[in-house]
Amino acid sequence: MRRFFDSDLWYSFSRNPVTIVSAIVAILLVAGAVLAPVVAPHNPFDLASLNLMDAFKPPAWTADGDREYPLGTDDQGRDLFSAILYGARISLLVGAAAVLFSTSLGVVVGLAAGYFGGFVDSALMRIADIQLTFPSILVALLVDGVVRAALPREVHDQIALYVVIFAIGISNWPQFARTVRGSTLVERNKEYVQAARVIGISSPRIIFSHVLPNVTGPVLVIATLNLGFAVLAEATLSFLGVGVPPTQPSLGTLIRIGNDFLFSGEWWITIFPGAALVLLVLSVNLLGDWLRDALNPRLR
Amino acid sequence: MFSFVVSRVLQAIPVMLVVAFISFAMFAYVGDPVSIMLGQDFTEAQRTALVHNLGLDRSFLVQFLTFVGNALQGEFGLSYRLGRPVAELIAERAPATLELAFCAAFIAIAIGVPMGVYTGLYRNSWLSRFFLTFSLIGVSLPTFLIGILLILVFAVNLGWLPSFGRGDVVSLGWWSTGFATATGWKALVLPAVTLGLFQLTLIMRLVRAEMLEVLRTDYIKFARARGLSNRAINFGHALKNTLVPVITVAGLQLGAIIAFAIVTETVFQWPGMGLLFIQSVGSADIPVMAAYLMLISAIFVTINLVVDLLYYAVDPRLRVGRRGH
Amino acid sequence: MAAPLLEVRNLRVEFPTRRGILTALDDVSFSIEPGEILGVVGESGAGKSMTGAAIIGLLEPPGRIARGEILLNGRRIDALPYAELRRIRGREIGAIFQDPLTTLNPLYSVGQQLVETMTTHLPITPDEARRRAIGWLEQVGIPAAAQRIDAYPHEFSGGMRQRVVIALALCAEPKLIVADEPTTALDVSIQAQVIALLKTLARDKGTAMMLITHDMGVIAETADRVAVMYAGRIAEIGPVRQVVLHARHPYSQGLMGSIPPLDRRVERLAQIDGSMPRLTAIPPGCAYNPRCPKVFGRCLGDRPDLMDAGPTQAACWLYDNV
Repeated sequence: MRRFFDSDLWYSFSRNPVTIVSAIVAILLVAGAVLAPVVAPHNPFDLASLNLMDAFKPPAWTADGDREYPLGTDDQGRDLFSAILYGARISLLVGAAAVLFSTSLGVVVGLAAGYFGGFVDSALMRIADIQLTFPSILVALLVDGVVRAALPREVHDQIALYVVIFAIGISNWPQFARTVRGSTLVERNKEYVQAARVIGISSPRIIFSHVLPNVTGPVLVIATLNLGFAVLAEATLSFLGVGVPPTQPSLGTLIRIGNDFLFSGEWWITIFPGAALVLLVLSVNLLGDWLRDALNPRLR
Repeated sequence: MFSFVVSRVLQAIPVMLVVAFISFAMFAYVGDPVSIMLGQDFTEAQRTALVHNLGLDRSFLVQFLTFVGNALQGEFGLSYRLGRPVAELIAERAPATLELAFCAAFIAIAIGVPMGVYTGLYRNSWLSRFFLTFSLIGVSLPTFLIGILLILVFAVNLGWLPSFGRGDVVSLGWWSTGFATATGWKALVLPAVTLGLFQLTLIMRLVRAEMLEVLRTDYIKFARARGLSNRAINFGHALKNTLVPVITVAGLQLGAIIAFAIVTETVFQWPGMGLLFIQSVGSADIPVMAAYLMLISAIFVTINLVVDLLYYAVDPRLRVGRRGH
Repeated sequence: MAAPLLEVRNLRVEFPTRRGILTALDDVSFSIEPGEILGVVGESGAGKSMTGAAIIGLLEPPGRIARGEILLNGRRIDALPYAELRRIRGREIGAIFQDPLTTLNPLYSVGQQLVETMTTHLPITPDEARRRAIGWLEQVGIPAAAQRIDAYPHEFSGGMRQRVVIALALCAEPKLIVADEPTTALDVSIQAQVIALLKTLARDKGTAMMLITHDMGVIAETADRVAVMYAGRIAEIGPVRQVVLHARHPYSQGLMGSIPPLDRRVERLAQIDGSMPRLTAIPPGCAYNPRCPKVFGRCLGDRPDLMDAGPTQAACWLYDNV
C-alpha cells in the first residue's frame, strides 16, 4: 500500500484535479448503480406501487414538483431518480460484461497471433483488419439483427441481454488483439523467452507466466477507454430499440422513452437519464485518458 | 502509378468477397425465407416450386455465385417487410443519406482540422483548453443525445429549425436533393451538426496528437535551426507531415459517418438508408440487411482506395522507383 | 586581436523538474574567433549538446537560460524575440544535427529544402536559389547534383544525407556552424570523409565552427582549440595540441589517456574509474573530485573556475598558484 502511494501513478493522480473529480464522480455513480436496490427511494419495477396519478411529475424543485420524487416521474409514474439508478446498473453491467468479453477474446487472439506467428498470425490479423474497417456500432447492429432473425421471438427476448453483451463485445476485440499482438511480438523475441523455449517449457506456460504480465498495462488502458465506449454503444442500441429488453430498462432505454415526450414539455424524462449517462461516460473517459498518459512516459 | 492502383484494387477484392459471403450466409441460412414468403397456408408442391425458383435446391457454390452475380447487377431480392425490390428501396433512400453524410463530413473536416492544428500549436492557450474540454464532452456525448438536445433547444424551445424529415426535395432524375429548397437546407442543419459533431471531435484530437508528435521531430527542430519562418514551419513542414496519418483515419471516419447516420436518421426521422436499415433489423428483414451490408462495404472499400491514392500523392516515400535508379 | 565572433559568458542552463531545479550547464564561458574551429568534447551528458542548443536558441523546454549571456559579433542573442532570433538562425549561425536520417523533412525534396532556406535569408529569386542549390550539392560532393536536386531524402544514403544537411547549414553563408556530433550516426567508413568535407568547406568559406563530438580523434585532426566539458562545466580549454599532448586538468589527462596511440603498442588503455555524476547528484566542490587521482582538501569544498595553467586554462585547484 505504501508503495502505491509512493508511486508515480499516485503522484500524477494526486496532482490532477480533473482526474480526482472524475474518479469521485465515477465512484459515486458506480456505487449508486451497484447499490440501487438499497439506495433507491422507490422500486421502479414494482408494478403494484406504481400509480398513474403520479405520472409526469416534474422535478421536486419546480412549482408542481413533489418531494417524494426528486427528479420527477415518467409516463407511468415511476420515480425517475430510482429508475436512473437501476438503469445505470443495467448500463454498467452490460458495458463491463462486454468489455470483459472483448478483452478476453482480444487478449487470447493477440497472444496466439503474436506468439505463434506465421499463418495463424496473418489469418487472425487479417480478420481483425477487415472487422476494424467497419464501425463497431454497425457490427453490433448486424450481430443483433442476425440473432434476432435466427431465433424465435420468445427465446430472443429471454436472452436479449446476453445478445447485446455479445454484440458489443464482439464488435471491439480487434483493438485489444492488435495491441497484445504487438507487445507479444516484442516479448517473444527477448532472450528470456527464447531461453525458456530452448529448455523446453511449454508454450502456454511461457505465454501466461512471461508474456501476459507484460501486456497488462496497455490492455488496462484500452479496457478503461472501452468501458466508456461500451456503455455508449449499449445506450445507442437501446435507444434504437434493439438493445436490452424493455423489462430491464437501461439509461439508453430511459432516454428513448423520454424522447417521446420531448415535444409536450416533459423534458426531465429525457434530460436526467441523459445527464447521468454523460457524467458516467465522461468520468470514465477522463480516467482512461489520465491512465494512458500516466502509463506512457513519453507523453509527459 | 497504374500498378499501384491495380494492386490496391486487387487487395480490395478478397474483402468484398468475405463480406459477400457473410451477406450470403445471412441470406441463405438465417431465418427461413421460404416460410416467410409463403405465409401460413401452402402445399408441399408450392413449397418445392418456390424452393426451386429461389434456387435453394442448387449446390452451395452455385447459390453463392448466383448471389454474387445478382449483387453485382444490384439484385438483392424482395424485402420481407415491404415486399418490394431491395435495390429500389435503397436507391430511393440513398440520396438522403449521402447528402447528410457529405454535409456532416464537411463540418467535421472543415472545423476539426483547423481546431486540431490550433490546439497542437498553441497548447497552453485558454482557447485550446476550451477546445479540448469541448472535445472530451463531444466524445462522451452519444450521438443520439446530441440530436435530442439540439431538437430540444432549436426545435422545441426556439422553434427555429424543423426536428424531423428532409423538408421539400427536388427530383433530379432518380436523385432527390434537399439542396435546392430553403426548407431542405433548414431541415439539414440539425442532423448534419449532430452527425458531424462526434467525428469533428475525433478528427480534432487526432490532428492535435499528430501535430504534437511532428513538432517534436528532428526535422522540425532542424527547420527552426535553418531560420525558417514560423508560418513555413507550422503550416508547411509540420502540417504536411501531420496530414499523412490524418488522411487515413479521417477516411475511415468518413465511412463511420455513413454508419453512424443510422442513429442520426432515427433521431430526426431522416428518410435515408440508415432508417431503412434499423427498421429492417427490428423486423429481421434479412435481404435489406444483406444489401445494406454489401453497399456499406463497397463504400468503405472505395474510401480506403481513395485514401491510399491520396497517401500516394502526399508521401514521396511511396513513389520510390519512379525515377528508376 | 579582433573581437571574437561568438562569446559565451557565464552561461547557466536550468531544468525545472518535479524534484527541483536541475542545473545542466553552470558558468560556461568561452569564445570563438572568426574562422576558428573549436572542438567540444566530453562524455554523454556532460553538456556539450546543451551548449550548442543554447547558442542556436533551441533548448528543449522546460530548459532555460538562467544566467549569463551569449554574444554574436558583440550583440546579445540569448534573449532575442523569436522574429529576430529566426533571422540569425541559418543566416549567421548554421546548425548540423547528429542523425541525418531524421533531420531532413521526408516530404520535401532536398532542392525544395535548400531553396526555401536560401530564399528565406538571402535576397535572391527562387530560380537563382535553385541554381545555387545545385552548386551547393556539387560542393558537398553529391554526384549528378543537377538530377538529384529533385530527389527526396529517402532516396539518399545516410552519408549522402549528411552531406545534404551540411549544404543546408552552409547555404545561407553563416559565419558560424554549430555541428552537434555530425558523424556519430554514420558508418565508420564514411565518418572521415564527412569530417574532411566539413573542415575543407569551413576553411574555404572562412566559416567558424563549434564541433561537438565525443571522438577525440576527430578533434585532434580538425580543431584549432578544444574545450573539455565535464558535468555541465568546462574543465579545460586551450589549443588542440596542448590539450591533446599536455593536458593539465586530471580529467582531460584521463580522457587523453584513453585514446589508443598509433605510434606504439600499449598493453592496456588507461581508464577513468567510476562514472560522471548525474545532474541530481553533483558533489560539492569540484565535480570531478570523487574520481580524481590528485584530489586534495580544497577540491572537496570549493568549486574551481577556469584558471591559467600554462598554455591552456583548466578548472583545477592544482593550478591556483601558478
